[in-house]
Amino acid sequence: MSDTDKELRVSKIRNGTVIDHVTAGQALNVLAILGIDGTGGESVSIGMNVPSGKVGQKDVVKVEGRELSQSEVDVLSLIAPQATINIIRDFEVVEKNRVERTDSVTGILVCPNHNCITNADEPVRTAFEVLDDGVRCSYCGTIVREADVAEYIDARGAGETAL
Amino acid sequence: MLQDHLISAAHLSRDDIEAVLDHAAAVDADPDIVRDRHEGRVLALCFFEPSTRTKMSFESAMKRLGGETVDMGSVDSSSVKKGESLADTVRVIQGYADALVLRHPSEGSAKLASEFVDVPLVNAGDGAGQHPSQTLLDLYTIRENAGLDDITVGIMGDLKYGRTVHSLAHALTNFDVRQHFISPESLRLPRNVRYDLHEAGAKVREHTDIDAVLPELDVLYVTRIQRERFPEEREYREVAGEYRIDAETLDSAPDDLTVMHPLPRVDEIAPDVDETAHAKYFEQAHNGVPVRMALLDILLGGDQ
Repeated sequence: MSDTDKELRVSKIRNGTVIDHVTAGQALNVLAILGIDGTGGESVSIGMNVPSGKVGQKDVVKVEGRELSQSEVDVLSLIAPQATINIIRDFEVVEKNRVERTDSVTGILVCPNHNCITNADEPVRTAFEVLDDGVRCSYCGTIVREADVAEYIDARGAGETAL
Repeated sequence: MLQDHLISAAHLSRDDIEAVLDHAAAVDADPDIVRDRHEGRVLALCFFEPSTRTKMSFESAMKRLGGETVDMGSVDSSSVKKGESLADTVRVIQGYADALVLRHPSEGSAKLASEFVDVPLVNAGDGAGQHPSQTLLDLYTIRENAGLDDITVGIMGDLKYGRTVHSLAHALTNFDVRQHFISPESLRLPRNVRYDLHEAGAKVREHTDIDAVLPELDVLYVTRIQRERFPEEREYREVAGEYRIDAETLDSAPDDLTVMHPLPRVDEIAPDVDETAHAKYFEQAHNGVPVRMALLDILLGGDQ
């Protein structure tokens, strides 16, 4: 039996995306980054702290009826660099990709600097440059270390990436 | 070449800096070379925070170039008071002027504003972020007095919130300069500035006391430690007292030490220093005009 078969037996989805090998504890942040909060009607299942031979423990996120694009999932590299993305059609994995490190993220994170202009009531989306071990606000220059990035996810919705 | 806007000293290359300083030196030597070059052009002064010398020196510079200025006035008397966004304010004002000078209390405000205007914009201070036109006049003053290569510069005071410090430290990485930062622990350089200096490969050391490093310095750049950075008056007085210099402090300094300050000062440089050959801060302030004339001339397209 292949890994994929085992995975699908946990909770099969017909069409959609399975985000596997998510860093344990980050599943809800993955949904927040993707802007998935249930209001879109997608059927979503998550597994948290699932035993995994590869990484010890992992989270798994399954989104029914939505195929996530590479640019949508690449922002996950900030919080789940080991994640794999499986596109499912008619119960079969038709595409399997890893998340790729992005150069910047737009509209995903909130700047922790309260005095940053992106926290004022201005018509602007936040933008962060991705560094080796964190991200940096493109407006005020504030650096957020990688370990702290999840704290600053903007719960209001999904963003986009630029390569 | 200098970009369309001047937002951060981090965007300035050595060539950009030298182009402005060389032009400023030429203007300083003979203001007639640019006199009336920008007749009929208008510079908008958008100061969301109080300013005396930055605003007046930009105004003076534009007028000496033959141009005019329009002033937004204080925030209390403008539509900002009605809740207008910065983006809208600058979009409107750009229609009245050929270039904008912006000072605003929020970090990143100049970058944001630059995204909404098509005319050149100069950041004249964005919160605790950057103040790059001050840096150009600081570099001009350093170059005139000590040169800009193979020198040791000490920067002392409020390094955390001091935007002139952040800009100057960035810009000095373009030159062969050893930088010493002297401050209380609570006011040391912010992480992002330290990161940039490290990335630029700058020779940087941090200290809490000036005594050991003073004899090595060619330039000492003093900044004001502000009362509001400390929860208690007593703590402020204790700390500020340690970062105050007077003529006696400078006894152990090299004879040709250049002492600078972006001004205004309160009591971090005692008046008895003014009488010494070290004091260059008034000269530094006066350099604001030729340097800003050169900067505006370049941003407005020179004699093209």
